[in-house]
Formats: sequence, structure tokens, C-alpha cells
Amino acid sequence: MRLVKVIERLLAAIPIMLGVAVIVFVFMRMTPGDPVDIMMGQGGTVSEGEVERLRSEFNLDKPIHVQLGLFLSDLARGDLGNSFTKQQPVASLIGERLPATIELAFGSLFIGLLIAFPIGILSAVKQNSLLDRLSMGAAFLGISMPSFWLGIILILIFSVKLHWLPVQGRIDYDAGLQTVTGLYMLDSILTGNGPALISSLKHLILPSIALGSAVAAIVARVLRSSLLEILRSDYVKLARAKGAGETTVVMKHAVRNALIPTVTVVGLQVGVLLGGNMIVETVFSWPGLGRLVVEAIFNRDFPLVQGAVMVYAFIFVAANLVVDVLYTYLNPKIEM
Amino acid sequence: MTTSTDIRTQPAWRYLLDIRLRLWRRNLADFWAELRKHPVALIAGVVILIYILAALFAPQITAHDPERGSLRQRLIPPAWEEGGSWTYPLGTDGQGRDIYTRILFGARVSLAVGLLSVGISVIIGLALGAAAGYYRGRLDSILSRFADLLMAFPFLIFAIGVMAFMGPGFTNLILALTFKGWVEFFRLARGEVMAEKTREYVEAARVSGQSHTRIMLSEITPNIMQSIFVLATLRMGFMIVTEASLSFLGLGIQPPTPAWGSMVADGRNTLLNAWWVSTIPGLAIVFLVLAINLFGEGLRDILDPRLKIE
Repeated sequence: MRLVKVIERLLAAIPIMLGVAVIVFVFMRMTPGDPVDIMMGQGGTVSEGEVERLRSEFNLDKPIHVQLGLFLSDLARGDLGNSFTKQQPVASLIGERLPATIELAFGSLFIGLLIAFPIGILSAVKQNSLLDRLSMGAAFLGISMPSFWLGIILILIFSVKLHWLPVQGRIDYDAGLQTVTGLYMLDSILTGNGPALISSLKHLILPSIALGSAVAAIVARVLRSSLLEILRSDYVKLARAKGAGETTVVMKHAVRNALIPTVTVVGLQVGVLLGGNMIVETVFSWPGLGRLVVEAIFNRDFPLVQGAVMVYAFIFVAANLVVDVLYTYLNPKIEM
Repeated sequence: MTTSTDIRTQPAWRYLLDIRLRLWRRNLADFWAELRKHPVALIAGVVILIYILAALFAPQITAHDPERGSLRQRLIPPAWEEGGSWTYPLGTDGQGRDIYTRILFGARVSLAVGLLSVGISVIIGLALGAAAGYYRGRLDSILSRFADLLMAFPFLIFAIGVMAFMGPGFTNLILALTFKGWVEFFRLARGEVMAEKTREYVEAARVSGQSHTRIMLSEITPNIMQSIFVLATLRMGFMIVTEASLSFLGLGIQPPTPAWGSMVADGRNTLLNAWWVSTIPGLAIVFLVLAINLFGEGLRDILDPRLKIE
């Protein structure tokens, strides 16, 4: 039964993905000048015949609905076109950069949750205490702080002043890491390269904090408020009345149930992580998808921008799908 | 304003206006009394007011030019640091421009972007949401599907994508932020109108023969404005951070016009020897956004406690 529901949700995501692709296509068409004009603007001298050839290569000589159809069918085959500036398929360029972005996203999520859980739980248990007030104040600050600024402050303190952590990049040049998955920390473990593991971990810390702090702030607030509600509920009172210890009550009865709304919020935070990664990758010169896109925008490399925006949206839809499924598994009340 | 309400001596419209104004005044007095019970929100409100005044009177407050500096005055530290001077209280940037002046003028950009993008989003979201929630049917399902579709894009990615295709600049920035910004207001307005529609006063208005448009505009809308207003305040801080992020990437407001995000970006090159160039404009963003969020939170407690579900 559950499997059927999961498949149903998967199918429901297809029209959304299709719509995403159409929106991106429409935006691309709204851009002043067609791609060939833009390529010419890059400074190349191209003959009239060459222009015609390029126009037909990009299908620009066909009616707009045919162009959309071709675009979608290419997309379905995983063909995102070729980059203007790098003369390579967009899909492979994105594929190369994706592991770095995924590693950063996981690092940020890990740090975000690592901060959020103890703070959220403690603030709820000790409601209105000094600790509660301070941490909720900090959460407000976390939500109000732009990640690029936090990144710069972290660099100033931990790299420039204290020299504890590196300013930029993913790993030291002399780490000698053999890449397997492209996720450097995982690769270091897989190849048993200790120094590379330490180096990649050191590089990952600051960007993950810069990106993860907003997640931490939001998740801590949601966890606290849902815990507060649950701690006042009858079944928690019952558990207490039956003589369960406070730790058991909180950890076993309350937190488990508070996870349900929290997971939903974490899913929405994936969007924040994806958007924020463009910014944080720029601040820390992290060689991921975000930086690739920012560079592509300045080079007016539209196929690359368009492909990346679509990949971002797809990841976001997929992440929320995962959350949806997780949610139904966490909540026994929902018969999927 | 006259306080006389003798219906025999006044035309009806005058009488109604009088009641409206009195209600307004009472609501405002109630609101003020409530706000005083929320000291944090009150202080936040004062901070926002200071920002607004600074933005409005920037040319009167400072004598420096926000866009032109002198290369001989490059990277002067803030006044409290060694080598600083009170001529440039917060120091100068890499082009010798006064950072304090640029922050004052940058407040214009941030506040204008925040107000305009949220304002336009509210108008579009409210109009479409009210129509969808009131009429339901095909209009509702088309609009709702479209809103769902836009929700599939992370906000910043969408805005970056739009700016990438349309190019930088103030107008495009507002467009990029409102293209998706209206969706939240649409969802809120739609839900609220659907709930209000079943209430007795709407029934009564319908029985008394009022048109649908009139019912929506003068009966339902005033009743849902409080929650819209609260959401608008909370979104304002978000829009300001998004604008700053776009300007930081170089996709928003273009130099030499001062914008806080691009000021932070400028300072990255001189981070090692001039920490203030990046740090101080960033603080301006943090304080304003923090104040707006705290004020919004207070407003929510006062006006619409139902929204408090995070």
C-alpha cells in the first residue's frame, strides 16, 4: 500500500518537473536577442553562412512550439545542450560540479541539525529560561543574517585572524586524493587517505556553518514550538503519571512526535540550501554548481544557466518528495 | 475631524465617513496600547523608523558624495581605529568613498526594493488569491497549479535565473522578486477568503444584493488585511536579504550606485588589510532585517496570533 502511494507521489512530480522546464524555456525566449546574437556578442567574427548554420543547430529557425517540443524531448533524454563558452555538454559540466555542491549541502544540513536539535530541545524543556531566551535570540539573528556576510565574518575570524581554517577551496593541493565519487570526504575514507580527510573536513567547516546557520535557526524554532505543544499534551502527562523519567518523556515520547513537523521544515530548507549555495560557493571559492552558474551568468552562457536552474528545481522537487515519503513513514496516523 | 454624529444634520456619506474615521482612530489607539506591551517590537519599530529617516534625508545628513571618492583617501579605517578620522566615521572603501555615506544612500535601495517588491506582491497575490478563493472553479485550479509550479523553484535560484536572463538593474530586480513573491500572498489570501466566505456577514451582504466585486472589496478584504499585513512585514526582511544577495553576486544594483550587498562584495578584495569595508555594510543589513523580523513577529502576536505556527 505504501509503495503504491510512493509511486503515486513520484508520478505527481512529473507534471511539476515538466512545468518547471516550460517556465525555464519561456524565460529563455524572453531574453532580448537570440543565443546566436549573444554568441556573436562574445567577440567572434562569424560569416553569414555560419550564423545560419548556428541558428539551425540551435533550432532557432523553427517555430516556437517546435522548439519547445525539441527542447523537452532533449531534456527527457538528459540532453541539456552545449555550453556556449566551454564547448562541452551542459549535463557533463553540471555532473562534474554536482558532487562539490552535494557535499556542501550535506555538510550544512549536518551542521544545521547538529546546532538545531540540542538548542530546540533544551529551549523547549527549559522554556523562558535564560538559555531559552538567548538561543531564540540567536535564532532570530541567524534568520536575519545574510549568508554571504556571515561567510566573510567567519573567514575574518577563523582564517585571517586565527589561521585555524582555510579561506577557500575544497582541499589542499598536496593532499593527493584519488577521486571516486567526487565527494572528497567520502573519497578520503574510501581510499584510506587520512591527511586528505582532515584537509577536506577543514575546508568544509566554514562554508557549512555559513550556509547551515539559517537552517539551524529555523529548525530550532520549529522544533521548540512543536515540542512545547507536545509537552503539554495528554499522552505526555500520562507518561509522566506512569512514572517515566523526564529524559524518557522528552526523548522517547515528545521528540519523536515533534520530528514530524520538523522534517517538513527541513525539506523546505533544502530550497534555502540550494539558493544559498550559489552565494556561499562564491564567498569561499567552492568549486560547485553555484559558482559554475554565477560564472555562466556573467559569460551569458544561457544553456548552462538554464540547465543548472532546472537541475536546482529538480533537486528541490525531489528533496520534497523524499520528505513527503519520510513524513508518511514517521507519522503512523497517516495511512499512506 | 468633526465629532458630531447627528444623523439629521449630516448627509449620510458624511455620517458613514465619521464612523469609519472613529473606528480607525480607536483601532489605532488599541494597536498602540498593545504595541507598548511588546517592548521588543516597539524598539524594532523605532529602529526601522530611523532607517527610513536616514534614507529619506541622506543628502542632508552627510556632506560626502556616495559615488565618488578620492584615491588619496583610500581605505581609511573607522574613527575609533588607529589612523581613523571623524571625517569618515565608518572609514572609506577601496575607492576612497565614505562608507557611512554609502550606507545611508544604500538604505534607499534596500528599503525601496523591500517596499516595492512586497507591495506589488501583495497587490497581485491579494487580487488573484481573493478571486481564486471566492469564485473557486477553474480559475482557482489554474491559478493554484501555477502557484504550485512556481513553488518548485527555490526563491533565490528563481530570482537569480530571472536576473540572468533579463539583466541587472532596479526594475528587473523588482520584477525578479515579484515574479514569485506574490505566491505566498496568493495562498494566504485564497485560504482566508475561502474561510471568510462562509461567514454570516458575507451571507448578509449577498442577501442585501451587493455585487461579488463589492463583497470582495469592501466586505471580505478589510477582514483579511491584518494577516496580509503581518505576512508582508515578515516577507520584507526576506526581500531585503535577497536583494542584498543578488547585489553581492553582481546581479542586482549596479555600481557605482551604493547597495549594501555590492558594498560587502567590494570589500572582499581588501579583507586582509581593511576588515571594515565588508563588515560594516553587512551590519547595516543585519540590523535592519533583524528589526523588521522582530517587528513583524510582534505584529503577528498583536494582530494575528493564529499565524503563529511557524
